[in-house]
Amino acid sequence: MLEHIELFFKSIFIDNMVFATFLGMCSYLAVSKKVTTAVGLGAAVIFVLAVTVPLNWLLDQYLLQDGALAWLGPEYADYNLSFLSFILFIATIATMVQLVEIVVEKFSPALYNSLGIFLPLIAVNCAILGGSLFMQSREIPTLGLAFNYGLASGIGWFLAILAIAAIREKIRYSNVPPPLRGLGITFIITGLMAIGFMSFGGMLTGGGSEDNVTDAAVAKEEEKKEPAEEELEENAVSFNQAINK
Amino acid sequence: MALLSKKDTSLLLDPLADNNPITIQVLGICSALAITAELKASIVMAISVLFVMGLGNVVIALMRDLIPSKIRIIVQLIVVASLVIIVDQVLKAFAYELSKTLSVFVGLIITNCIIMGRFEAFALGNGPYRSFLDGIGNAAGYGLILIIVGFFRELLGSGTLLGIPVLGDPIAKTGLYSIGYENNGFMLLSPMALIVVGIIIWVQRSRNRALIEEN
Repeated sequence: MLEHIELFFKSIFIDNMVFATFLGMCSYLAVSKKVTTAVGLGAAVIFVLAVTVPLNWLLDQYLLQDGALAWLGPEYADYNLSFLSFILFIATIATMVQLVEIVVEKFSPALYNSLGIFLPLIAVNCAILGGSLFMQSREIPTLGLAFNYGLASGIGWFLAILAIAAIREKIRYSNVPPPLRGLGITFIITGLMAIGFMSFGGMLTGGGSEDNVTDAAVAKEEEKKEPAEEELEENAVSFNQAINK
Repeated sequence: MALLSKKDTSLLLDPLADNNPITIQVLGICSALAITAELKASIVMAISVLFVMGLGNVVIALMRDLIPSKIRIIVQLIVVASLVIIVDQVLKAFAYELSKTLSVFVGLIITNCIIMGRFEAFALGNGPYRSFLDGIGNAAGYGLILIIVGFFRELLGSGTLLGIPVLGDPIAKTGLYSIGYENNGFMLLSPMALIVVGIIIWVQRSRNRALIEEN
């Protein structure tokens, strides 16, 4: 339970998609002129991330990873299909977006009207593919955590676009130097917000000097990795046993 | 000039300045910011995007009459994804350390909006040769900004260029460091990338007033 809470807050504030890794910047800059549209896009991103990250986790775990095909039988245990992950992940995302669009249109026309135009945009939003790729490279151990990661990253992205949209609505009344108007000032404000978000880095360790923070983070990651690997092995073993039976 | 007519030349050169994909069209920002802490990574990223865009634009231009418009996004994604897999495998084979630094951002070339943006805006309506020039031009404009940002961030942040110290040795206090110069470690952190790009936009728009946006 504790690791769920930790991952949740870490993904929203510390590893915030926009401010720490710059994912989804294009739509972040293009759709943040008004708060209402920003809310629509943000909600769609949360939704799609929460669906696609766990799906891609399953794909990664049972198809793509080194030795993931072991459940097919021992002769498949040596296969490593991870070079296919880009194409499979993006195919999952594109089909999921299409599916979500159809389902939402059918069951909730009101939601469709507010999300509708943003859904196709999302297939090519780097935040979505980035979420899946980070999930893979950070070796998130369980399906529940993968869902948690997708949801929390989406919320982080939502917060970011909401904040910048609100600021841009206000900045219209300020006297910005003409060459900076529009894009330039948005970049600089985002930079300042990112500096602000860096202060959340102390949240999980309870403050202290920077060295302590990084050391603690490294130590924590190492601790986390070991049990994760054990768990994976256990999973693989139990799968083998199940198949053998 | 037999090879390039005037129109073709402008296809190639416009994206370098007045129609730059990053500072004017607002495409492909994510990777531009995330990997520019070192000049070397920026250069490799620029070359990868050049390769993917040049070839991708040609492929899409060749298929433009065959693709049903309803599934064109998926077709485009598959084309880019295949090209990116090639880039990723080549990087892993010949520059493993660098491919670790770039980590997921090689994969994110797939959703780099610059590529989809040019497919939609240009390759779907033009022949393969002109699409190739457009792809190369835009990728070069993108690479140019990447290299400028990478240059300043590495120079001011760690006092090196391509890993070679150019300002003297910070520990032995030689060169600039002997008169009390310090590296600005802040330049290596992610927020500064945003601010550097903001400043580039500022400089560019002050030089060419026609580009200034209304509020």
